[in-house]
Amino acid sequence: MCRPRILLPALALALVVLCASPAWGQGEEVPRGRGFGARLLQALIDGVQFGVIIAITAVGLSLIFGTIHLINFAHGEFVTIGATFAFFLNVSPTGPGWHLVPAAIAAVLFGALLGGAVDRVIWRPLRRRGTGLINLFIVTIGLSLLLRHIVLVLYGTRPGSFAQYDIQETIDLGPVAITPRDLTVTLLSVLVLLGVAALLQRTRIGTAVRAVSVNRDLAEASGIDVQRVVLAVWMLGGALAALGGVFFGLVEIITWDMGFKLLLLMFAGIILGGLGSAYGAMVGSLVIGIVAQVSTLWFPVDLQYAWALLVLIAVLLVRPQGILGRRERVG
Amino acid sequence: MDFSVIFSDALRSGIGPIAAVYALAAMGLNLHFGYTGLLNFGQVGFMLVGGYGLAVTVATYDGSMWLGVLAGLACAVVLALLLGVPTLRLRADYLAITTIAAGETLRLFYRSSWAEDVTGGVFGLQRFASDFYDLSPIPPGTYGVWLVEFNARDLWVLIVGWGLVAVVGVLLALLVHSPWGRVVRSIRDDETAARSLGKNVYWYKMQSLVLGGVIGAVAGMLQAIQVQSVNPDSFDPAVTFFLYTLLVLGGAGRILGPVIGSILFWFVLTFLDSALRQAIDAGYISSDLISTSEIGAVRFALVGLALILLIVFRPQGILGSRKEMLLSER
Repeated sequence: MCRPRILLPALALALVVLCASPAWGQGEEVPRGRGFGARLLQALIDGVQFGVIIAITAVGLSLIFGTIHLINFAHGEFVTIGATFAFFLNVSPTGPGWHLVPAAIAAVLFGALLGGAVDRVIWRPLRRRGTGLINLFIVTIGLSLLLRHIVLVLYGTRPGSFAQYDIQETIDLGPVAITPRDLTVTLLSVLVLLGVAALLQRTRIGTAVRAVSVNRDLAEASGIDVQRVVLAVWMLGGALAALGGVFFGLVEIITWDMGFKLLLLMFAGIILGGLGSAYGAMVGSLVIGIVAQVSTLWFPVDLQYAWALLVLIAVLLVRPQGILGRRERVG
Repeated sequence: MDFSVIFSDALRSGIGPIAAVYALAAMGLNLHFGYTGLLNFGQVGFMLVGGYGLAVTVATYDGSMWLGVLAGLACAVVLALLLGVPTLRLRADYLAITTIAAGETLRLFYRSSWAEDVTGGVFGLQRFASDFYDLSPIPPGTYGVWLVEFNARDLWVLIVGWGLVAVVGVLLALLVHSPWGRVVRSIRDDETAARSLGKNVYWYKMQSLVLGGVIGAVAGMLQAIQVQSVNPDSFDPAVTFFLYTLLVLGGAGRILGPVIGSILFWFVLTFLDSALRQAIDAGYISSDLISTSEIGAVRFALVGLALILLIVFRPQGILGSRKEMLLSER
């Protein structure tokens, strides 16, 4: 990996901070309880927390794109299913009422199974038939509608939260405050992302995944079982999406359409980072999370997702291959 | 179960104003997807700017209806240009993501508290459609043939709606059979070939995006007039997915595809809805399994399933040709 490509994400982060800096001078014009610097720092912390959760869900989406060039519009539903499955095990009166930790682990396993099942039952037969990519996109749209509304029937429209770690006192760390729950989730997310990076870099299957996404034909010719790699990527993607769903449900709220809302932010993240690159997805999602939270310093909260999506369009104008994307023809 | 009620509900919906609105919006989408091969997943954004263009002009700024129509059309052109400049040079997958994001971003902006003075925020706008209904030559009352009945207002929207569908259909038919249409279809089939013949592919795609978007905006206005209010949440991304379903059902790349698709889509959807309701009321389906409030969700899940099955087993729909719709990567 050459040096400029590492510098770029740092530049992007610096840009976000710099964009924020002109307002430092107007600190007096914002009469709030805390100084602007403290609020900016708080927004950055919230942004990192939001960003790593998006990153967990987006890595799978990006890897799937990298290996089979399919944009999985149903990926958001994997997130929702992870969260609602954990909710069922944890809270629901008809469920077993487990503690959140085993419920989350079960949800992650379920997500992996779901991802694997979807690949085996739907995508592999379709790939065999030689169905065109555009048609496959539309199939994922149909799958997304189907899964989302099955969740709606089973889960209902009422927003929910998990039984444990619901309301907590914040701990003050100088100018910023964070609840132990949010801190744990953020640290765990970072650990998971590092784990995924280690998996991709150090293990045989990780190397195979990278090989397939760089050049599928060459990988196949060198004896890599591409179908097995694709299955592994779907399972990994499903598991990570489910985990991200549990985390998002923990720090925010569980709703039947949470995944679809997150999906657009994931898209923004992976396009910003570079379609198909796992590390790009991580960096891009982090930037998106920070943009969404920092924008609330100037703009209404109900627009925070909109700014993140505008970043996506801006990136396409300036650098369509994304921060870490390979320079290739995109049109 | 009363089958005549189910059947008349379904028939009413299949030829009703909403079917006309969806047929119109899908005709715009057909120009994008069926003829030019643009994977536009944000058609609902064009409907939104059209509907709001009309509603904001009349309800917020007290303009006339015709001014509102012009404003809606102008908004659609501007949106298409804004959307097309960064994305039309990109691959189909990028276009899909950007258009879906743009549609959702627009919805978020229109419903935000920041825009509430103009757009009414989450409450939307009402009372802007009276000019349209004042034009109606139909005396008040209800009119019906056989099993279906419409009141005078719905009948007026219905006549105007299907009239617009007919006019747009004729214009599109002339257009796609003109030299322009041949270039656009060649872009769909092989972009590189079109480019190597010296055609400015980007410019043709842009024209197609603008034109289809304007048709979508007209559909949005018609919808706003029909329900006599605009609300940001009725312009959900799912609307675009419905449009794709009915377009693929009828046959993409055929002038009558979206029309037949829309009629059939709303007929089947309402038929299922009504039949499920009656089956639950009559106790054929236990209300523990599906309650009446969940029928909407079941219906949408079935739309998703139908879309998957259609694309897998009959991508050309009812009217299309299979060869044209075996789309590969572009």
